[in-house]
Amino acid sequence: MRHAVAALLRKEAALELRTPQVIPAMALFSVITYVVFHFGLKRNQLEGDLASGVLWVTILFAAMLGIARLFVSDREEGGFDAFLLAPVDRTAMFVAKAISMFAYLVLVQVIAIPAFVILLLGPTPDGTQALNLVAVLALADVGIAVVGTLVGALSVQTRARDLIVPMLALPLLVPVIIGAARASAPLLALHATALPGKWLAVLALYDLVFGLLAYGVFDYLVED
Amino acid sequence: MVTYGKGLRPLSIVTAILLAGGLALALFYAPIDADQGFRQKIFYIHVPMAITAMGGFIAGGIAGIMYLRTEEAKWDLRSYTWIHQALILALGALITGSIWAKTAWGHWWVWDEPTLVSFLIVFLLYCTYQPLRFSIEDRDKQSRYAAVFAITAGAFVPLNFMAVRMAQSLSHPRVLATSEGGLPPEMQLPFYTMIVAMILLFVTLSKYEMASKNARAQIRTLRRRMGGDEGPQRRSAAPSLPATTPTSPS
Repeated sequence: MRHAVAALLRKEAALELRTPQVIPAMALFSVITYVVFHFGLKRNQLEGDLASGVLWVTILFAAMLGIARLFVSDREEGGFDAFLLAPVDRTAMFVAKAISMFAYLVLVQVIAIPAFVILLLGPTPDGTQALNLVAVLALADVGIAVVGTLVGALSVQTRARDLIVPMLALPLLVPVIIGAARASAPLLALHATALPGKWLAVLALYDLVFGLLAYGVFDYLVED
Repeated sequence: MVTYGKGLRPLSIVTAILLAGGLALALFYAPIDADQGFRQKIFYIHVPMAITAMGGFIAGGIAGIMYLRTEEAKWDLRSYTWIHQALILALGALITGSIWAKTAWGHWWVWDEPTLVSFLIVFLLYCTYQPLRFSIEDRDKQSRYAAVFAITAGAFVPLNFMAVRMAQSLSHPRVLATSEGGLPPEMQLPFYTMIVAMILLFVTLSKYEMASKNARAQIRTLRRRMGGDEGPQRRSAAPSLPATTPTSPS
């Protein structure tokens, strides 16, 4: 299992390194979305609730791009067939894809979060706030990665893939948005207050429930 | 062969009587709510609709689990039908809830209303069920993927309610939570009658839908048997039933 996951991860990394597609697209999309928000809201600086909302909507929409591409090369270039020929547990594919999706999100955020701080955010977060924000980001990214992997696998076999992905993923990720936006709002406020722990608990619970669920049902999505 | 039409007539009659009786009780027997007045009567429809819809979604998820375990087409048909009917009831619950909000608070839509908001999210999620089925051509795959969707969405329902409820202040009237102390007996009788009637309506309509789908599959098989034209084979979101052998003419 561990070898299979490692091999699949190497494949994902090689693919993305040879022709960088998903990460640049997601990062560019995030930055252009900030510009759109600047004009749409007619604000130069954001703080608190609004900043948190803009940040999380941007991350979520950027994630849609990654989710829609997650399984495309496997379907079009025969990755699924090759994987099914190999005598390994099918869950390895779920684990590998969820880890790669998580890695995509983290790499995109390494670019997108500083860009957000420079372009839109009013108050600059200090050390503890930044650390707290990283915790919120990590928990939310796990949720997005897990649900994204499930939705990506569900939609890749459909004819209307690009339509199905946001229609499925956005409602499913509403609890993540609620938890993440509420948790990061006080961190991005002018007078920052403590991190509300209950929202971290909600995110952790979501990650756990959907992690187990996706782990359980994923096998059925890679048959044939 | 599975027959879906069995017992449909008595079931329909009982449902009609209970529904009419429950409505009559709600309108004429139950007292006018001292606090809310006549508009409280919509709860006798709204709450049973919402409860039945949620139950239907979760039942659809359980049918999805059964399908993945057994691979029997009847579970796929059940999952599809239950989700379909629950979606219709959910739309009814959204509309009646919205009407109540307009009369009580003066707005058609109130965001600080966790139950309404989470209901909308669940409704929007399940709206994708049919498009998802429709866009998968392979029939086996369609059933399998729909089952995975039904399970995921079924598990999502309670989690979503929890998250949305935490995010907002509680202002939705808790009908059942206070039913022991709060709901007087003259209201309890029509209320519970309406819940039972709504569940029966759900079951009856589901049976009708399954019977119709089954009949269509049998007609197609008979047409094929007669060597005739099967008629145009349209792509469909509905589950396909296996070619059954209806009373084989030997």
